[in-house]
Amino acid sequence: MPWMSPLARIRDALAGQRARDKDLRNLVSNLPYEGLDKWKQPNRHFRNNGIKTTKYSVLFFIPMNLFEQFHRLANLYFVGLAILNFVPVVQAFEPEVALIPICVILALTAIKDAWEDFRRYKSDKKLNRLPCFVYSSKEKCFVEKRWKDVRVGDFVKVESNDIVPADLLLLYTSDPNGVCHIETANLDGETNLKQRRAVPGVCITVSNTDILLIIHAVIRTGCLGFSHPDLVLKQHLVYLKGHETKAMLNNNGPRYKRSRLERRLNIDVIFCILLLFTMCIIGSLGHYLWLESMPSVPLYLVPQTDGHLDTPSLSSFYKFFSMIILLQVLIPISLYVSIELVKIGQIYFITNDLDLYDEETDATIQCKALNITEDLGQIQYIFSDKTGTLTENKMVFRRCSIMGREYPHKENGMFLCGPKRALKMYIYKIKILMFTKSLPPNQQETEVILDQKLLRQIRGTEKIDAYQDFFLALAICNTVVVSMATAKRLRVSARLTAEFQQTNQSNPLDTLSSLVRRAGSWTRLRAPITSETSANDLTTQGQSVNQTGGQTCSLHVPPQGTAPAVPAGKLCYEAESPDEAALVHTAKAYGFVLMSRTPDSVTVQLPSGAQLRFEVLDTLSFDSNRKRMSVLVRHPISKQCILYTKGADYAIMELLETPYGEKQQKAIASDTQQHLDCYAKEGLRTLCIAKKVLCDGEYESWAVQRQHALAAMDNREQLIMDSAVQIETNLCLLGATGVEDRLQDSVPDTVMTLREAGIQVWVLTGDKPETAVNIGYACRLLEQDDLVINMSCKNLCYWEKQSCSADPRNVDTTPDISLVIDGRTLTMLMSPDLRDRFVDLARHCRSVLCCRVTPLQKSEVVKLIREKLKVMTLAVGDGANDVNMIQAADIGVGISGQEGMQAVMASDFAISRFKHLKKLLLVHGHWCYSRLANMIIYFFYKNAANVNLLFWYQFFCGFTANAMIDHWLMIFFNLLFTSVPPIMFGIMDKDVSAEMLLGLPELYRTGQGKGEYSFFTFWISMLDAFYQSLVAFFIPYFTYRGSDIDIYAFGTPLNTISLFTILLHLSIEIKAWTIVHVFIILGSVTLYFIVTLAYGVRYLNYSGYWTLQAQMVDPMFYLVCLISTVIALLPRYLFHVLKNSITCSPIVEARHLDTLEPSTRDQWIKEWRSFRGRVQDKTSDVSVPPSPSLENLQDDTKQVKL
Amino acid sequence: MMASGYNAKDEDGHIAVAGLGGGALRSRKPENTAFKQQRLPAWQPVLTAGSVLPAFFIIGLVFIPIGIGLYVTSSNIREFEIDYTGVDVSSPCFNCSQNFNWNSTKPCTCSIPFYLDQSYESNVFMYYGLSNFYQNHRRYVKSRDDSQLNGDPTELTKPSKECEPYAFHEHKPIAPCGAIANSMFNDSLELFYIDPNGTKVPVPLSSTGIAWWTDKHVKFRNPGGNPNLTAAFQGTVKPVNWRRPVYELDSDPENNGFINEDFIVWMRTAALPTFRKLYRVIQKRNGLMPTLPRGNYSLDVHYNYPVRSFEGRKRVILSSISWMGGKNPFLGIAYVSVGSVCFFLGVVLLFIHHKYGNRSSSADMSH
Repeated sequence: MPWMSPLARIRDALAGQRARDKDLRNLVSNLPYEGLDKWKQPNRHFRNNGIKTTKYSVLFFIPMNLFEQFHRLANLYFVGLAILNFVPVVQAFEPEVALIPICVILALTAIKDAWEDFRRYKSDKKLNRLPCFVYSSKEKCFVEKRWKDVRVGDFVKVESNDIVPADLLLLYTSDPNGVCHIETANLDGETNLKQRRAVPGVCITVSNTDILLIIHAVIRTGCLGFSHPDLVLKQHLVYLKGHETKAMLNNNGPRYKRSRLERRLNIDVIFCILLLFTMCIIGSLGHYLWLESMPSVPLYLVPQTDGHLDTPSLSSFYKFFSMIILLQVLIPISLYVSIELVKIGQIYFITNDLDLYDEETDATIQCKALNITEDLGQIQYIFSDKTGTLTENKMVFRRCSIMGREYPHKENGMFLCGPKRALKMYIYKIKILMFTKSLPPNQQETEVILDQKLLRQIRGTEKIDAYQDFFLALAICNTVVVSMATAKRLRVSARLTAEFQQTNQSNPLDTLSSLVRRAGSWTRLRAPITSETSANDLTTQGQSVNQTGGQTCSLHVPPQGTAPAVPAGKLCYEAESPDEAALVHTAKAYGFVLMSRTPDSVTVQLPSGAQLRFEVLDTLSFDSNRKRMSVLVRHPISKQCILYTKGADYAIMELLETPYGEKQQKAIASDTQQHLDCYAKEGLRTLCIAKKVLCDGEYESWAVQRQHALAAMDNREQLIMDSAVQIETNLCLLGATGVEDRLQDSVPDTVMTLREAGIQVWVLTGDKPETAVNIGYACRLLEQDDLVINMSCKNLCYWEKQSCSADPRNVDTTPDISLVIDGRTLTMLMSPDLRDRFVDLARHCRSVLCCRVTPLQKSEVVKLIREKLKVMTLAVGDGANDVNMIQAADIGVGISGQEGMQAVMASDFAISRFKHLKKLLLVHGHWCYSRLANMIIYFFYKNAANVNLLFWYQFFCGFTANAMIDHWLMIFFNLLFTSVPPIMFGIMDKDVSAEMLLGLPELYRTGQGKGEYSFFTFWISMLDAFYQSLVAFFIPYFTYRGSDIDIYAFGTPLNTISLFTILLHLSIEIKAWTIVHVFIILGSVTLYFIVTLAYGVRYLNYSGYWTLQAQMVDPMFYLVCLISTVIALLPRYLFHVLKNSITCSPIVEARHLDTLEPSTRDQWIKEWRSFRGRVQDKTSDVSVPPSPSLENLQDDTKQVKL
Repeated sequence: MMASGYNAKDEDGHIAVAGLGGGALRSRKPENTAFKQQRLPAWQPVLTAGSVLPAFFIIGLVFIPIGIGLYVTSSNIREFEIDYTGVDVSSPCFNCSQNFNWNSTKPCTCSIPFYLDQSYESNVFMYYGLSNFYQNHRRYVKSRDDSQLNGDPTELTKPSKECEPYAFHEHKPIAPCGAIANSMFNDSLELFYIDPNGTKVPVPLSSTGIAWWTDKHVKFRNPGGNPNLTAAFQGTVKPVNWRRPVYELDSDPENNGFINEDFIVWMRTAALPTFRKLYRVIQKRNGLMPTLPRGNYSLDVHYNYPVRSFEGRKRVILSSISWMGGKNPFLGIAYVSVGSVCFFLGVVLLFIHHKYGNRSSSADMSH
C-alpha cells in the first residue's frame, strides 16, 4: 500500500462517512478498478460483507466485558465495597481476600459471556466462508469468492437454490421474462415464493470478453426507487452488504424484559440495604458508647501505627465502614448470579420437555427471553389470535354455493360437528390419506372430498356455463405459483460447470447443499428457476433450459399446448395464503387443474383434458381496503376479456350487477347470501367469486387509465387502487365458498383448562363476528348457556342478549357473561372517556371476543388491560399482525405456524402448538415461579441468618467489627458450602407433580397476583433468619460463657450450627427429594468439614489452627450443635406442620394427593374437579351481576356517536 | 375472511443470526430421560401432624435424659472462685491495685486467705479469670505475627506490619511482637495450704500441659535450631510491658521462649470479654489423699497486672475436671426444656392429628 499522508487518510475516512450517510447512494461498478489499491476503489467507504455478530474481540475481551458487567449496579456496589477494603483505616479483612467473591462472580459471568460469544463467532465464520461467484474482469468469468469478500459494486451470480449472500439488485435472470422467485423463509419465515423482476432500463451487453453495464438508476437506501427490492438472482449488483443489509439493520437484538418477581426482588434488596445501614449505625454508635464508657486507655486498645489513639467519634465513624464490610453479605452478592444460573437451568428443562415437542415440525419450544420464566406462573390474562393460533391455518375446502345452489359436501360436513369429533377426525384423516398417497404429508389437508352431485353437474355439461366459470375462477383468480413437488427445496443436480472445474474444490455443491439446510438465517433460492452457469454460457442457454426444465419445473411452460411434461398429480402449489391454495386444490379436484402461471399467462387443464392458456391482461392484487382481488384474462377461445374477482362477501355483494334488475340474479344473490351466513355460523371462512365480461373497448379505455396510474409518480398507490375499483363493478356473482380453518388439536380442552386456572382468555381476531363467535363456541371459549353480549356499532341503542339455552334449569342461575365486540366499536370503547367503563365491564366478563381488529388495536387492548388492571398478560399469536400485541404483553408467545416467523422473532417463547401453552403455563410456569420465589426468599434468609451471627458478636467485642470466624472460611461459606443447594433448589424443586398441576388447573391460581413471593413472606423469612441467628449465637454463648474458649473455637460451633440450620432449613423447604438433592446437601456438609479441617491443618498462620479438630473431639461441640439446630428450626418446622395439617390451601391438598397411588389419585382429581367446578359456578354467579352500568355504557356510546 | 391472513405480510425483516448453526439434520426431539423430563424418582414428604409426631416424641425422649445427664455432670463439678482485684479497701490487694506502674522493679505482693469447705478429690485446674478484658478487640486480635511465633528467623527480626505499633522498640524488633504479647497476663499466683497447726505448705502447681498439644509442638516454635535461646533471640528486644525477655520466661528449656505454655495460652485470644485461662494444674499425688483437702488456704499474688483502666476484675478459679469443661448448668437446662417442649408439642400434634389427620385419607371435599 502506497504511503498516504495522515491528513489524506482522515479526509478519506470522512468522505467515507459522508458516502455512507447520504440518502442517495451512488454506486460504481468495481470492474474497472479491479486490481487497484484499496484506496483507489470507488466503493471503499462501504463496509465489507463479513458478518460479525460477536460482541467482543479477543484482545479487548476483558476490558469490554468488565465494562459491560459494571453496567450492573449491583456489581459496582460490590466493587466499591472491595475498594473500601483497601482503605487502611477501615479494613476488616485482608483486602485481597475481600476481592475473591467479586472476582469469582465477575469471572463466572465473563466465562458465560465468552462462551456465548465464541459460539456466535463460530457461526459467523461458517457463514462468512460460504462461497459465491463474483465476476472478475481479469479472469473474464465468475470466480468463486467467500461471502465476506463480496464488496459493494460487485457483480454476483446466484444460481438456483443458492443462498443469497447479500442484498442484491437483480439485473438479469436466465428467465426470458426477467423474473425470478425467491423464498424468504429465513428472513420472515414465509414459505411461499416471491417474484422479483430484473431492473427495467438496465441494458446488459454480454460478450465473450467482458460485461458492460449501463445503469441509469439511482438506488436510495431505505426507500428504493424501484418498487420494492427487485432483487436477486443472476447477475446482480451488490448494493448493501453484511452489516448494512436490511435484515441486519432490522435485527435489534433481544429485548430485555424484567420480570415482576425481579422488580419485587429489587425492592427487597433496598430493604436489605436499609437493614444493613441500620445495623452498621447500631454498631458505630455502640462502638462510640463503648469507648466513651472507658475510664482510661485499657491494655487491649491498640493505638494507631504512630502511637496515638483516635478519638471515640472518629473511631466510630471508621467503624461504620468496617461494619459495612463485615456485614456486606447481607446484600446477597451471589444472588444475581444464582438467579441467572437457576433460570438457565429452568430453561434447560423447559426446552427439553417432550410434551412441548412437536413431531410434525420437529420443533421444541424456544425460549428467547431468558429472564422471565417465572412470569409464566403468574399470568392472569391471555390474549390470543385466532387464525393459526387456535386454528391450524391449514385451509380445507368445505362447502360451496354455485349460482345460488348449495353443495354441502356432506361427507366433509359430517366430520365438522358432533361430540365425538376426535374419533371422526381420525376417520377423516384416513380418508384423506387414501386420497393423497402421492403427496407429501403436509399437503394432506388441502385435499377435498368431492360432492357427487356437483361432480355430476360438471361432468354433465360440456359448454362453458356458470359451473365451469366458477371453477375457472377458482383456478385462475389467485397468485398461486406452480412448482414441482419433486423439485421443491432441492438443488439443481450438480452439473460440473466450467467454474467448478476451475476451482480446486472437489465438489462445492455438496457442502453448499448441506449448508442450505443448516444455515438458519439466509434467503434461499428455490427450485423453479433454470440456472445458467456463466456469462460465456449464454448462447447455450436455451439448451440448458431444456436440460434442466424437467427437474426444476420452469415457469416458462412450452406454449405449444401439447400434453404436459409432468403429470398433473405432481404439481405443487405455493400460495401466499392457505385459502388460495385450498381453492386451487378444490378446482383441481374437480378437474380444473392449474398447470402453470407466468406473469403473462395462466394455463388450466379442463376436465376434458384440454389445456387452455389464458393471457393475463392484468392482476389487481389484494389489498385490505378493497378486500378482494381480481385477475383480468383473455379467453383463448372466445377471445373475451374476462375479469374474475374473489373477495369478502360484503366486498363483492355491493358490487353486483344490477341488484334490482333480473329476478334470477337477485335470487341468486340472496340465496348465496343466505348460504354465506350459514357458512359463517359454522365457522367457515367465506369468499365470494364473481365474474365480469368486458367488451374490448371498455378494456382498452381502462387499460390506458391503468397505465397512467402505474406510471404516476405521486399518489401512485391510491391511483392504482382507484383504477382497480373502477373496473370491479357490475360483477356477476358466480358463487361462494366456505373454507374451514380447523381448530388445532385439543384447543377446547386447553382453553377450558386455562380458564379453570383462573386465566381470562380473550380472542382478538381480524375475522367476522359470526366466524369468530362460532370458533368461540367450538373452542369452548363461549358456552351454550352463556350470556353473550354483542356490541357493535349497529346496535348501539340496545344490547343483544343471546341466551341460547332455553333449559328451565338454568333460569335461577345467571349464566356467565361473554362479550363480543367488533373493531369499530372497540375503537370507541378505547376512547379515553369510555376506557374505564370498558375495562370494568370486561373484567366481569368470563370471556371476550374482539372481531375485526387491526394489529394496532390488538396491542392497544393488551396495553389497556395490562395497565388498568395491573395484571400479568400473555399474548399469543402466529402472524405478523400479532407482533404488536406480542410485544405489548408481559409475555409474548409466538406460534411457529403457517404465517411466517415474525411473531416468533418478536416473541419471548415460541411454541409450535396452542395446546403447549397448557403445560408451559400450568406446569413450567408454576414450577418456575414457585421455585424461583422460594429460592430468592431462601437466599435472603440464608445470608441474613449467617451475617447476623457476626452482628450479635459485635455486642461482645466492643463493636469493633471483629469476626469470630476466619475470613477465608466466611468467604468459603457463601461461595462453596451454601451456594449450590439453593441453585439446585431453584432448578429442581417440585412442589406438586406435573400430573397434579395439569389435573387441577386451580393450582395455578396460587401464583397469580402476589403469589408466594410477597412482602409478607419476605419479612417472615427475614424474621426467621433473625430468630435462627439469635439461637445459633446465644445457645453457644450461654454454653461457653466465662469459659476459657478462644475466638475461633467459639466461632467453629457457630459456623457449624449456621451451616446445619441453613441446610436443614432448605431441607424443610424442599418438596421433592431426588438423588441429586441428597447428593448435593450431603456434599455441601462434607465439603464444609473437609475444607475447614484441611484449612485448620495446612494453614499455620491461621490463628484458629487445629480448632475444628479440637472441637470435634469435644462432646460439648456436638451437644451444642444439636440443640441449637433443633431450637433454631423448631418454629419453621412447626409452622410447616401446622400449615399442612390445619389449613387447606389447594397446594397442600394437592401435595397430599400426590402421595397417593396414581390410580386413586386420578379418582380424587375427578371428584375434586367436579366439586370445585360447582363452587366456581356459584362464586362467579355472585360476582357477576347483570350490572346496570352496561346500559349506561350503551347510552354513553350513543352519545359519543352523536 | 382473507384479511387476517394478509395483514402486514409484505414486511420483510427480522433475521435470527443467533439461530444459526443448530443442527437441523438431527432431530430436535428431546431425550426421554428421567432427568431431562424431571421425572427422577422423588420422595415427597408432606410434613403433617401425623407424619412428624414420632420425631417430636423421639426428640423429647432423647433430649430430656441428655439434659439431666448434663445437669448432673455440671452440678458435680466443683468450682471455687476468688476475686483478688482489690477494689474494696478491705481487700488485701487494695494497695497493690492502687499503686501500679509497669516499670516498677519491686513486685507488689498480697496474700488472700480462703477456706475450702469441701475437698477436691481428683486433679484440679487452676484458672485465672479476667472480666471486661476485650481480648477480642479487632485490632488487638490481629496484632500478632504468627510466622514469628512459628520460629521463622526472618520474621523474628522483621515483624509483620500487623504488630504495629508494637513491632519495634527503639528501632529494634520486638519478640514476640504485637499487642497481644505485650499485654500478657503477668501476675504470679501461688497456693498454700495452711495446716491446722498454722504452717503454710505450698501446693505443687504444674505449669505444663496447660496449652494445646498442637500449639505447643506445631504452631509455636522457637527461632532457629539454636538450643541457646539467648543467642536465638539476639537482636530483639522484649515487649515494652514485659519485665523479662521472652527467653527468660521459665527456667525449663522445654517451656521457655515462644513455647512457654503461659504465653501460648495467653496468645489464644479469648472469645468473650469475660474469660478464664488455664493457669496451673494441681495433680493428684497419690490415691488416698485428696488433691486439695478441706481447710484453710492462702493465695499469694505477685500483683503485676493492672485492670483498673478498664474496670476489670481478676479472679482465680479452682475447678475440678470433667469432660464438659467448666461448671455450667445452662446446657443441661436447655436440653431438658427443649425436650419437654417437644414432648408437649408432640401431644398437641397428636391432638391435631386426631382432629384433622383423617382429611388427607378420607373425603376432604367437605372442607
